[in-house]
Amino acid sequence: MRFIPLTTEEKRKALGVIGAKSVDELFASVPDKFLLKEPLRLEAPLDEYSLLDHLTSIASQNSSVDLKSNYTGAGAYPHYTPSAVDQLLLRSELFTAYTPYQPEISQGTLLAIYEFQTYTSALLGMDMANASMYDGASALAEAVIMAQRIKGRKGVTVSDLTHPHWREVLGTYTSHLDIDIRTIRNWPDGKITSKSLEEGVTKDTAAVVASYPNFFGAVEDLQAVRDICDETGALMIVAVPEPVALGVLKPPGEFGADIVVGEGRSFGGALNYGGPGLGMFATRDKWARKMPGRLVGKTKDVNGEHGYVLTLATREQHIRRERATSNICSNQALCATAAAIHLSLLGKQGLRELAISNFSSASYLASSITSLDGFELAYDTPFFNETAITSPVAPVVMNRRLAQDGIQGGLDLSTYYPDMRETALFCGTEVHTKESIDNMVSILSEFER
Amino acid sequence: MKSQLQQGHSFIEKDIFSQGSPGRSGIDIPTGGIPSVDPLSILGQDSVRGALEGFPELTEPEVIRHYTRLSQWNYGVDTNLYPLGSCTMKHNPRVNEAVARFPGFANLSPFAPDSSAQGSLRVMSDLAKWLCEITGLDFATLQPAAGAHGEFTGLLMIRAALKQRGNARGKVLLPDSSHGTNPASATLCGYTTQTIKSGPDGKIDLEELGGAMDETVAALMLTNPNTLGIFESQIEEISRIVHEKGGFVYCDGANLNALMGKAKFGDMGVDVCHLNLHKSFSTPHGGGGPGAGPVCVTKELAPFLPTPVVTCNDGKYSLDSDRPQSIGRIHGFTGNFGVLLRAAAYILSMGANGLKEAAEAAVINANYIKARLEKEYHLPYREPCLHEVVLSDKLQNKYDVTTLDIAKGLIDRGFHPPTIYFPLIVKGAMLIEPTETESLETLDEFCEAMIDIAKTAEKDPASLKNAPVTSPRGRLDEATAARNPQLRCTLC
Amino acid sequence: MELPEDLKYTKEHEWVRVDGDVCEIGVTDFAQSELGDIVFVELPEVGATLTADETFGVAESVKTVSDLYSPVSGEVTGINDELMDSPELVNKSPYDDGWMIQVEMSDQSELGNLMSAGEYKKLIGKG
Repeated sequence: MRFIPLTTEEKRKALGVIGAKSVDELFASVPDKFLLKEPLRLEAPLDEYSLLDHLTSIASQNSSVDLKSNYTGAGAYPHYTPSAVDQLLLRSELFTAYTPYQPEISQGTLLAIYEFQTYTSALLGMDMANASMYDGASALAEAVIMAQRIKGRKGVTVSDLTHPHWREVLGTYTSHLDIDIRTIRNWPDGKITSKSLEEGVTKDTAAVVASYPNFFGAVEDLQAVRDICDETGALMIVAVPEPVALGVLKPPGEFGADIVVGEGRSFGGALNYGGPGLGMFATRDKWARKMPGRLVGKTKDVNGEHGYVLTLATREQHIRRERATSNICSNQALCATAAAIHLSLLGKQGLRELAISNFSSASYLASSITSLDGFELAYDTPFFNETAITSPVAPVVMNRRLAQDGIQGGLDLSTYYPDMRETALFCGTEVHTKESIDNMVSILSEFER
Repeated sequence: MKSQLQQGHSFIEKDIFSQGSPGRSGIDIPTGGIPSVDPLSILGQDSVRGALEGFPELTEPEVIRHYTRLSQWNYGVDTNLYPLGSCTMKHNPRVNEAVARFPGFANLSPFAPDSSAQGSLRVMSDLAKWLCEITGLDFATLQPAAGAHGEFTGLLMIRAALKQRGNARGKVLLPDSSHGTNPASATLCGYTTQTIKSGPDGKIDLEELGGAMDETVAALMLTNPNTLGIFESQIEEISRIVHEKGGFVYCDGANLNALMGKAKFGDMGVDVCHLNLHKSFSTPHGGGGPGAGPVCVTKELAPFLPTPVVTCNDGKYSLDSDRPQSIGRIHGFTGNFGVLLRAAAYILSMGANGLKEAAEAAVINANYIKARLEKEYHLPYREPCLHEVVLSDKLQNKYDVTTLDIAKGLIDRGFHPPTIYFPLIVKGAMLIEPTETESLETLDEFCEAMIDIAKTAEKDPASLKNAPVTSPRGRLDEATAARNPQLRCTLC
Repeated sequence: MELPEDLKYTKEHEWVRVDGDVCEIGVTDFAQSELGDIVFVELPEVGATLTADETFGVAESVKTVSDLYSPVSGEVTGINDELMDSPELVNKSPYDDGWMIQVEMSDQSELGNLMSAGEYKKLIGKG
């Protein structure tokens, strides 16, 4: 076996040193009745060439994998990741290391994560951010649990323009706890309104959750959310499904958000059928000791040199056990490193330009589609890189046609909002070209009224 | 502080925020020939942020150099032995990295209709089937993103099953040697925890268990082999005690590497287990993740699996969300597919015999280290271990040398230290897990380093107190870091 | 190991300095040395009601967390704010600058359950 150095001769030698006659002797603590007498029923082992061949053939059973032919965003946006990101991730001292428990020989991972924390907090406009959560969905669930613990109140009010999968995960995380999730559904303009918030938030509300941009790509009125939180003493939680938007949008922190979570896959990650993602989690300094997840802090070594360590670890499971702020241990460190690298390449100007490119692409996409008869914006409200568009036929019909040309169309919103029968969520990013959009729109013109 | 002139080829590297110069950029942003729209004109002043103050401005060569230098400050499995106990730091096969980067897998949208995702769905379906075969359980979910996430998922399923029987119960039992994630997951699941004391042999004490097990207990969470590297040989009796009172047996699969192809959890009465694909199945640890923590369960628990579930009918794969008894979704999409794919590639490379050979070699390697170090170090448990061995600093304490000093001494001798001060039931524990991918030469070098440390402890303990001196940084002041947390770079 | 004779001690390693019906509470020299560098102390708010033998706060070092148990019942009338910014005072001066809370006792008979310096010394194996 090409990954196991021990030869038959060396096994014999090692057993001699151990003082055992056979390998079986080492397994003597396993009752004989449990020791397998037959080999596992698995496929025959493949050499590397055959493995590549086999998996190439399986990969070819996926389709619509050309990024610019994919017009679905909805929390998993097609983006281009520069080659430098992945090349650096393959630096094996980074990807074959584990949690930096020994800081003297883990400064690389620690500083990269520290930079990720800095980028995250700056981008979201918050005081501080942790070293990452599994994904945006679980980050939101943990934010709600943290808010409930801080406030000691039961109610949590969530806009249903928050990603439906994130809300499902939130439900799974909290349904057995002393938390009542109230979902507000009143959005005549594709945005939450002060009125709907007033109806859904009371003095027993621990937190209000709004998505920014929301699930329809619209720029929510976070001031309205802040106002209702001020009135009731609830914490303001903002969920960011597409942080690229914050290259142009005012960050949630500037609206006074208490906790901001996000899905950072757009920075340095690939779609990968949805995972790994990259949970971003940021809050205010005063709640540092209440937050879940690892934190890297700056300090000095015995020689007075700057260095980095895992810190405030007493919040975590390996020390506080059943009273930890969360059960999270392994997180998404390599994805966080990828995000730090991508954001460093983008920098101050690049991130702004990337955001504008997304904004422009989606504007062009939306105006091109809605120039067709019978296609209209579902809501006349500003959006970032995706928007809901109503069509003369059901999205499933359109998408079947687009698939014939290898195109993945907009997301059929009736899956999540049953009333929205003829509405799809279309996304445009920097990967889409005028040509690819014009081509897609020309196919859609077959459905013009 | 030293200057670069004194440092030679060990580079001083500032954080990225103190580098660069205004006007530089490392990416030319594609515009696709689409006219640029000014966001200000549409979104208005109230919604648009000012410049991204504090973000650095750097070109590609500068960014490459920065992170290359950071990598040189790090230690990975590729550097040398990484014997972290219960973490299974085995070699990460490179073909897995190649496969994970196939555009056909990497660029697939999670919203791709099932008909466009047959390749990825097949990988998931196959992997779930193989994991069930390896664990002897009936069904699997691949959604959990890490071991702790898997524990939470498994406990939620137990909770759902008990609730359906009429009472979700209130308590989870754990041996005192358990991973910290176990009690934390139980809390997140709304359970209180009760600790079961281990016996003098390091195993669960059956009398303690029998006394604690009653109709208020939802589950016993155990790790097998346990975190001392010892197999819970009375597992059948343990399962009987728990089942008799209507509870479930949850097995933390962190230590599966000792048993792959040798024995199956399902045969031992385990109802639920999670696996760490980044441990037993060779996917990279990434400096702390991403991992994957699939959960395998018995038929009885299958109705409660998280949605969506991958199904296969007549060779057509699909995602099924119509499962009324499901605990619901636990991941934003269907799990860390990129990690699942690497694990599937690993199983395909290894085959049944390869996995069994890996388990045996891992166990031989751990016992070899045990045999070579048993004179110089205190062995709290003498019986043969499986894939990991626990030592303590008891013999070195008389020279005022502790486990921490031994660990730092290992760094100066070119090795990553083992897991230290865990499990909690051994004072000054060093939990050593070499894995099967280490050669005898490497194990010998490690043992010689450990023996050298034991001798140094006797003759020159001060040098261990000062260790490490050869690493990029010396011991770091963790107390100051925690007293005055500085959690982000200063932005210019 | 310093053990002032005028204080009373608990088996959970707190000390009590009694002054009429008010007392000051902190942790012993032995406790601080076992914990190592204290990095954070969580204390109750002034006005909180305490019950004897129940937790009133937490002391954290880098890698351990320790509950603080109240030796007496009563109302918190003062807390040592200095510990918020300088938790290391507990290490440097456990019996003076590192005091934690001041309590107005509701049942002075509870003091009878506490140990003298000599008894505590035996408990920690230094006697």
